[in-house]
Amino acid sequence: MYNQKHTRFAIPFVFAVTLFISACSAPTPALKADPTAIATELPLPGAMTISKEPCSPQTVNVFAAASLTEAFKEMAPLFQAEESCAELVFNFAGSQKLSQQILDGAPADVFASASDNNMEEVKSAGLISGPGSQIFARNGLAVVVCPKTNFTIETVKDLAQPGIKLVVAAREVPVGDYTNQFLEKAAADPQLGQAFVDAFGANEVSFEADVRSVLAKVDICEGDAGIVYSSDAFTDKSEGIKSFLIPEALNVIAKYPIAGIKVSANPGLAQKFIDFVLSDQGQQILEDNGFLKAK
Amino acid sequence: MAAFNYEPIEPGRPHPENANRQDPEILLSSGTDTTRERWAQRLWWLAALPMLVFFILPLLTLFSYSSLGDLLKSLQDGTVHQAVGVSLRTTFLSLLLIILFGTPLAYLLGRHRFPLHRAVDALVSLPTVLPPSTAGVALLLALGRQSTTGGFLADIGLPLSFTSGAVILAQVFIAAPYFITAAALGFASVDNELIQAAHLDGANSWQAFRFIVYPISRVALISGAVLSWSRALGEFGATIIFAGNFPGRTQTMPMAIYLGFESNLTNAITLSIILILISFGALLAVKSLVSRAAQP
Repeated sequence: MYNQKHTRFAIPFVFAVTLFISACSAPTPALKADPTAIATELPLPGAMTISKEPCSPQTVNVFAAASLTEAFKEMAPLFQAEESCAELVFNFAGSQKLSQQILDGAPADVFASASDNNMEEVKSAGLISGPGSQIFARNGLAVVVCPKTNFTIETVKDLAQPGIKLVVAAREVPVGDYTNQFLEKAAADPQLGQAFVDAFGANEVSFEADVRSVLAKVDICEGDAGIVYSSDAFTDKSEGIKSFLIPEALNVIAKYPIAGIKVSANPGLAQKFIDFVLSDQGQQILEDNGFLKAK
Repeated sequence: MAAFNYEPIEPGRPHPENANRQDPEILLSSGTDTTRERWAQRLWWLAALPMLVFFILPLLTLFSYSSLGDLLKSLQDGTVHQAVGVSLRTTFLSLLLIILFGTPLAYLLGRHRFPLHRAVDALVSLPTVLPPSTAGVALLLALGRQSTTGGFLADIGLPLSFTSGAVILAQVFIAAPYFITAAALGFASVDNELIQAAHLDGANSWQAFRFIVYPISRVALISGAVLSWSRALGEFGATIIFAGNFPGRTQTMPMAIYLGFESNLTNAITLSIILILISFGALLAVKSLVSRAAQP
């Protein structure tokens, strides 16, 4: 009896003391930037380098929009073959997050953004080096068509056929907003007009939460067609999936700017990478990955 | 059932209305022990506090972002209105299907022993631990229009994907286990001799169920049904994958909350508050029902 009562008292006491101690211990200072985001792709000290000639490797930190992942990774070995001392280190993330990291002082040499707004933020903070930013790629809307559909879908107009199941993105997310802008342009177009927009609307069966879900539902043919970014449409490796670009007059084109960062430790190499992206070779790789040429 | 019934004991401090009622704990213990008990409970509260605060804080914060005026204004909003309508309609039908098709399975599990009993039991609980998105992908592949079943249904004019039928099936898949598990426990608690006695007195199987099994397991059935319904109301992951998102047709409250977060935060908060209030009310009702039933 006596022991039991003591145990009853002791267990909560241990809990409370533990809590008290942990509450009193000094708080860990919060880190301002997210170091892991950059650190994951930074080379470890003493890590092997790909350089051919004996020269100390010079790191070029490229902060690039997530949609550029495939294209830039394809460029890396080709660029490094030209610049044997350069070592490209990528940080892929949303452009918004990247511009924030650069403003917070992250060691970026090149910034490739998916939107002008985020490039402007960095520019207005005075962090862009000499020549300023250049457009290096464009991304637009494309129609993806499931391979097993019973309908013939080859042009935008075909999307108005009654009975087609159209999957689009919700208006609340950027790609859905672009889809909406495309429909506004279509309504004003003499060839398509409001009748097309109404028929399109009647065919919509779902407003998906993101572009990947639109693609997935067309991939498995739950929807006959869907509207996605061209970079998603043309890199979709699903069997038999077809896609075509929405004509430029109706399309909503996002422009991708690239620029060197002022605080760069290697401004020369940074500029060489930018030149490579803008070269015919770089532009071809971007086009292979579903982007439209910068023109 | 007794496990649910934890009445808080506050030794040495009887409720004013029950001032005359002597707590048996107090009668057994001496004065020092009562003090000890009281301190023990205080320490337990202290130790329990972080978890409690962790639950309460985010929910209360949500309320602080809204006012009664905002709430009423958002309720007039078409999206909110439609989402509440779709949610109530689909969860009502889901609940009917769950009770209709879940009860036989619960009875089988609760009152019969057969080979693979444990496997079936585990299978029934599986949807509660699976990520709902897994369930959504599985349902889409099994019942989408490219599947044999889904293709057949679409051919006879009953397409499932992107319809409220898909919303209901997703909810049934995710929420039915809560009813079936509770009901099976309820059915299992009925003494075999009672049923045998009823049969001896000439009751047929239906009468034995209606007048013996049902009254005894009624609390379990009702609380299981309420839990199931609350879970169906909160269903999101499987629904958005299998049924898609179409306002007024397949967009339930959780989906409107998810998309509202990207655009209209006020609406998202209103819907969240409605869901919290409904779910809390439902859980509170279940707990009171169970604890009242457990008392003689």
